[in-house]
Amino acid sequence: MSNVDPSLVIPLDPVAVPGAGDRPRSLSQDAWEDLRRNPIVLICAAVIVLLLLMALFPGLFTHTDPHLCDLSNTRKGPSGHAWFGYDQQGCDIYSRTIHGARASIAVGVLSTIGVALIGGIFGMLAGFYGGIWDTIVSRVADVFFAIPFLLGAIIVLTTFPSGNAHSFWLPVSKVVIALTLFGWPSLARIMRSTTLQVKEADYVAAARALGASTPRILRVHVLPNAVQPVIVYATIALGGFVGAEATLSFLGVGLQPPAISWGIDISTAEAIVRSSPHVLLFPVVFLSVTVLAFILLGDAIRDALDPKQR
Amino acid sequence: MAPTDEVVLDVRDLVKHFALTQGVVLRRTIGAVQAVDGVSFQLHRGETLGLVGESGCGKSTVAKLLMGLEKPTSGQAFYNGQDIFTLDAGAKRKLRRQIQLVMQDPYSSLNPRMTVADIVGEPFEIHPEVAPKGDREGKVKDLLDVVGLNPEHINRYPHQFSGGQRQRIGIARALALRPEIIICDEPVSALDVSIQAQVMNLLEQLQDEFGLSYLFIAHDLSVVRHLSDRVAVMYLGRIAEIGTDVAIYEHPTHPYTQALLSAVPVPDPTMRGRRDVIRLEGDVPSPADPPSGCRFRTRCWKAQQKCADEVPELVERAVTSEEFRHASACHFAEERRIIPA
Amino acid sequence: MSAGTENAASFELVADDGAPLLEVEDLHVEFRTREGLAKAVNGVSYSVRAGETLAVLGESGSGKSVTAQAIMGILDTPPGFVTGGAVRFRGEDILKLPEERRRALRGASMAMIFQDALSSLNPVFTVGWQIGEMFRVHQGMSRKESKLRAIEMMDRVRIPSAKQRVNDYPHQFSGGMRQRVMIAMSIALNPALLIADEPTTALDVTVQAQVMDLLAELQRESGMGLILITHDLGVVADVADRIAVMYAGRIVETADARDLYAKPAHPYTKALLGSIPRLDAKGQDIAVIGGLPPTLTKLPSGCSFHPRCRYMRPEPCQTEVPPLVSFEANRGSACHFWQEVLDGTDR
Repeated sequence: MSNVDPSLVIPLDPVAVPGAGDRPRSLSQDAWEDLRRNPIVLICAAVIVLLLLMALFPGLFTHTDPHLCDLSNTRKGPSGHAWFGYDQQGCDIYSRTIHGARASIAVGVLSTIGVALIGGIFGMLAGFYGGIWDTIVSRVADVFFAIPFLLGAIIVLTTFPSGNAHSFWLPVSKVVIALTLFGWPSLARIMRSTTLQVKEADYVAAARALGASTPRILRVHVLPNAVQPVIVYATIALGGFVGAEATLSFLGVGLQPPAISWGIDISTAEAIVRSSPHVLLFPVVFLSVTVLAFILLGDAIRDALDPKQR
Repeated sequence: MAPTDEVVLDVRDLVKHFALTQGVVLRRTIGAVQAVDGVSFQLHRGETLGLVGESGCGKSTVAKLLMGLEKPTSGQAFYNGQDIFTLDAGAKRKLRRQIQLVMQDPYSSLNPRMTVADIVGEPFEIHPEVAPKGDREGKVKDLLDVVGLNPEHINRYPHQFSGGQRQRIGIARALALRPEIIICDEPVSALDVSIQAQVMNLLEQLQDEFGLSYLFIAHDLSVVRHLSDRVAVMYLGRIAEIGTDVAIYEHPTHPYTQALLSAVPVPDPTMRGRRDVIRLEGDVPSPADPPSGCRFRTRCWKAQQKCADEVPELVERAVTSEEFRHASACHFAEERRIIPA
Repeated sequence: MSAGTENAASFELVADDGAPLLEVEDLHVEFRTREGLAKAVNGVSYSVRAGETLAVLGESGSGKSVTAQAIMGILDTPPGFVTGGAVRFRGEDILKLPEERRRALRGASMAMIFQDALSSLNPVFTVGWQIGEMFRVHQGMSRKESKLRAIEMMDRVRIPSAKQRVNDYPHQFSGGMRQRVMIAMSIALNPALLIADEPTTALDVTVQAQVMDLLAELQRESGMGLILITHDLGVVADVADRIAVMYAGRIVETADARDLYAKPAHPYTKALLGSIPRLDAKGQDIAVIGGLPPTLTKLPSGCSFHPRCRYMRPEPCQTEVPPLVSFEANRGSACHFWQEVLDGTDR
């Protein structure tokens, strides 16, 4: 009655799942698309780029030397010459604030890198090998966990004071080490937990069935799949470390004058806040905005990477 | 390609007991889950041996042991005259090129962060002697073509494919090293019915084209029958019965096989009421505490004292039809036709 | 608590005028997802009588479970929305009822059991407590009394040593036993209608046989209507009186069990029957249904099955949605060429 037109013969698998796009798209690329369109992410990213520029090239934002302080300008409010006014010592607050970004960003970024490397590696190894290694790493982490983060950092920094050295990197390194020392257990725990999950996945068994060596399995299969929550946590932690640096400097155990840090400025401004609030205002605002930018970005990344929402 | 007489894999008395431990700091062994307890069979070249059984019977553990994902408690498996469990690390790695695995879950057997090119090409990364670097992409594209996927999709990610297609990717990966034996661990169970047929046909085609031998593990008796030349029925870590598909499906002699065949629903309403109805009571005993002697005796309607005292050997037992003789592990094996002709 | 007691025990199971117990009429359900609008159910109509077993057959994405959830009123809203149609239980459109009335019906007049008993049962309460809850909530029974009734129910579903096991927790039961517990919960109040959504898919085949036997027996005893949702053509052949085959949110064929297997009238049914391996035969080629299951956010135009259909012709298959044509008593097919398929002209 009817002959099937051979052109109607259906090939077995003409296309991949329709709607998935014609270009290859990894899960990371999907997340990236989401992030690109999120207005909050764009704002945070802009703020962070601005801060990075401030930290690396303060000269782009101000030509005033932050160390050049004229007592005759003490506590003057914002004006055409000094957009943020002058502090107790007569230093240009705007210039100090711009230069202060370097300390905060440096500590934040370096601590995060340190924590991610140490916590990440130990966590992954503990999770993957289990047994005695897991026990050792977990118990050591527990010990560090038990010590309150800031308290531990303060103790370490007061035990090894930096003195009034004029260098920048020595006190910064000390702060970074102190923060890393007490910050790595959280990250190790997260990495360990995701490694435990990934370790059980079928594709890891498949790789072993192919004869893959353990380093290969860790590098190619475990790490890329376990690292997601670490990225989220690290971004948020960065904000936390910036805040921690300011706190430590405020307390006098972190950076000290003549180094410039928002924490130091906040500390000196605190005494005169009633009479000259503008001295406190600007460093506080900058600090808050910085911390907020990182935390919001971390939140947005977490939502974008969340597989449940795909 | 029809199965030959040549034995490619000879498994003898395979045993795997998982220790049950208690305690956090000092672990005490308080018992063992006897997942596999003396399994022996032979796989011939070009043959599909179906390994069938319900959950807890140990069939997946057998697959893991043969793939080197678990170490056996005891037992041997001979390939090319050598016991694969006693090989050194280098030889073990080379063995991976001859025995490969297709897994059940298409959604978790592929690394979601790797492209198809990476996934199917990984065997070549691990065994670079099989394919020179420049050649690899071409080989991967060939493999995709062989399993019915579009080679142009080589740079896509697993989540851009459907379940059936992902399973094909897994099959392409298993084929890459041109193994002799492929162990298929429930390869179609997680797929829709209409897709199962596609993948089953593919496996058949590949067997003919590449002269593969399959150990086909599944719980679906209809699927197993369709693909297998011989079938082994497992219960609680042991093989209850083993024989050609006709022998097992049409002339079963072990009570468990008979109960199993009686329980499988057949897609034919005219068979209602025509099949022998055997219903087992109760649950499967725990593999940590299996019954003595014959493990099936607690649910068997033929059980007698002998069954508790003596473990029945898996040997050929006389059945009414001489031409369908096959091995059965029951003291009172008796042929009983369950599925009407 | 008092709202439920009115529906408790006194109702007539046998419909005197042979009217259907449940009637689903032109039901539409949509899901609003970030990928777009997924049309899960696109005009589904079927009915069940008291004492009858209707099997709803379909693969993943066919909409069979979503339909059942809409009937029970347990659809996840958002993202799922009922956008049209009616569900008549004993003549009354329950979609229009307020939530308290629906809740009173749920459990007492219509009940549902699911595929995975372990995640459907609350792990922190004993089995006896959960079964007893049905009596406490709907009939205002005391704890002591409801526990006794729970033991009764467990006996009825053949759970051995019910009196001791009533105090056990769900994880202490095997898969098959847990499913029996769920069945006990669902029939506790003698519902007129039971919906079973893939009740045995996760079970071993010998346990599956036990559970299906149990359901059949309970149905015989109580005369309740049973809607069995599954993808397993073997299970359906064993127990169904009538079958409705679903594809991409529509019913593509309805028939009595024997007719469907012997003389299918829709290409999908025919292809499906040809593609499953059978226990009693070997060596036959299994036909393959090419292509992929449909994506609910981008359904094909016209007949949703046309990209995979052997009988397809561009006109009208690609342009017109085939209506469900009723060509015999209890027989319907949603295919433009149903007569060809029925006649068996092989393409």
